[in-house]
Amino acid sequence: MGPYTESMSTGHTHPHDQADSHSELSEMDRRVRALETLLTEKGYVDPAAIERLIETYESEVGPHNGASVVARAWLDAAFRQHLEKDATAAIAAMGFGGRQGEHMVAVFNTTTEHHLVVCTLCSCYPWPVLGLPPVWYKSAPYRSRAVAAPRAVLADFGVALPASTTVRVWDSTAEIRYLVVPQRPVGTDGFSQAQLAALVTRDSMIGTGLALSPAAP
Amino acid sequence: MNGPHDMGGQHGFGPVLNGAPNEPLFHAPWERRALGLTLAMGATGQWNIDQSRSARESLPPATYLASSYYRIWILGLEHLLRQRGLVSAAELTAGHAIDPALPVARVLRAETVAPALARGTPTARAAVAPARFGLGQRVRALNRHPSAHTRLPRYVRGHAGVVTLVHGTHVFADRHAASDPGQPFDEAPTWLYSVVFAGEDLWGVDAEPNTCISVDAWEPCLEAAT
Repeated sequence: MGPYTESMSTGHTHPHDQADSHSELSEMDRRVRALETLLTEKGYVDPAAIERLIETYESEVGPHNGASVVARAWLDAAFRQHLEKDATAAIAAMGFGGRQGEHMVAVFNTTTEHHLVVCTLCSCYPWPVLGLPPVWYKSAPYRSRAVAAPRAVLADFGVALPASTTVRVWDSTAEIRYLVVPQRPVGTDGFSQAQLAALVTRDSMIGTGLALSPAAP
Repeated sequence: MNGPHDMGGQHGFGPVLNGAPNEPLFHAPWERRALGLTLAMGATGQWNIDQSRSARESLPPATYLASSYYRIWILGLEHLLRQRGLVSAAELTAGHAIDPALPVARVLRAETVAPALARGTPTARAAVAPARFGLGQRVRALNRHPSAHTRLPRYVRGHAGVVTLVHGTHVFADRHAASDPGQPFDEAPTWLYSVVFAGEDLWGVDAEPNTCISVDAWEPCLEAAT
């Protein structure tokens, strides 16, 4: 077995390909440390700024932002309309925007149409509402198959849609970023925005999942 | 370019391995620094995002396909740094500065991270010409194979679809990537559209039923179709 099956499926080496994983780990660890030292000595970068950038995406920006947008769209018809007409402005009104979400479009799942977002050319993803993309989103299997076999990809995620539902794939080939608004689950009448947001998964906003059903009482 | 990055429709990569729901963003400490370093160097203004993408896509195909995501980022970053003379090969090997630094437009500081991220890099520009295509119009993606950076994926080239969104005028990635180092970026404001293609038009008998694929395409990549 070569490195192919594992490292290409995930875009990342996993612990079970030990030889590959360890050699890349030590090589890259050394290489990136050396590069950061060099660029810092040159005065091009400030390590404190690097730390701040990482912290932003590790602990502040993430799918909880998008979940609050979706939950509000489920509850507030005026907001939903705003999100349909000008998603960038509607999302900015909730305090989210900026890098990799400068130009947003929201697409709404219905019983007749299901949306799925991919970037076949690289890894474009709406950072302000979803944070950094998961490894599978950046991986060769997803990027290659989402446009040619989206139903098979959905099956990889355990999602089966009726043949009568159109699957519309959005390939993010420019600077427009897409947010999927999943269908509101049944059995959520009277739920608060926070209760609804808890049902909105990251994958449901990419289109590889559905919103969760509320737990049985 | 027809590089390894243009993956839409390729076979043989296997199923999507959906990690644990709470899979960490980074799998090793160096990946965190790779993200931060890449963003911080991007902020110096010595290249634009399309040039970053172009650098990654231009890696030898075997290297691209065998590298993890952030390794591709680091190799692309090293290429841009060397190409622009910001660092030398000897410095990369040494891991220390040997030559004096070149001036850069900006250096990102901890306190300027939040405003820089909030500002982002919007690509919308004022229109310089009327749009050639309108909503509902049938258009064909040009059959073109530039050896330089393009955002028109191979799998739509030569195929006809329908304009479903008109996004206005945006920086044209293909030209933006070709900006000469040291010169102002060539933004070439250009109309941008979402064009939807029927699955069977792209994939023929191998298409899944009832699927369609939308790409965002700039006007010079399209022609009117019947």
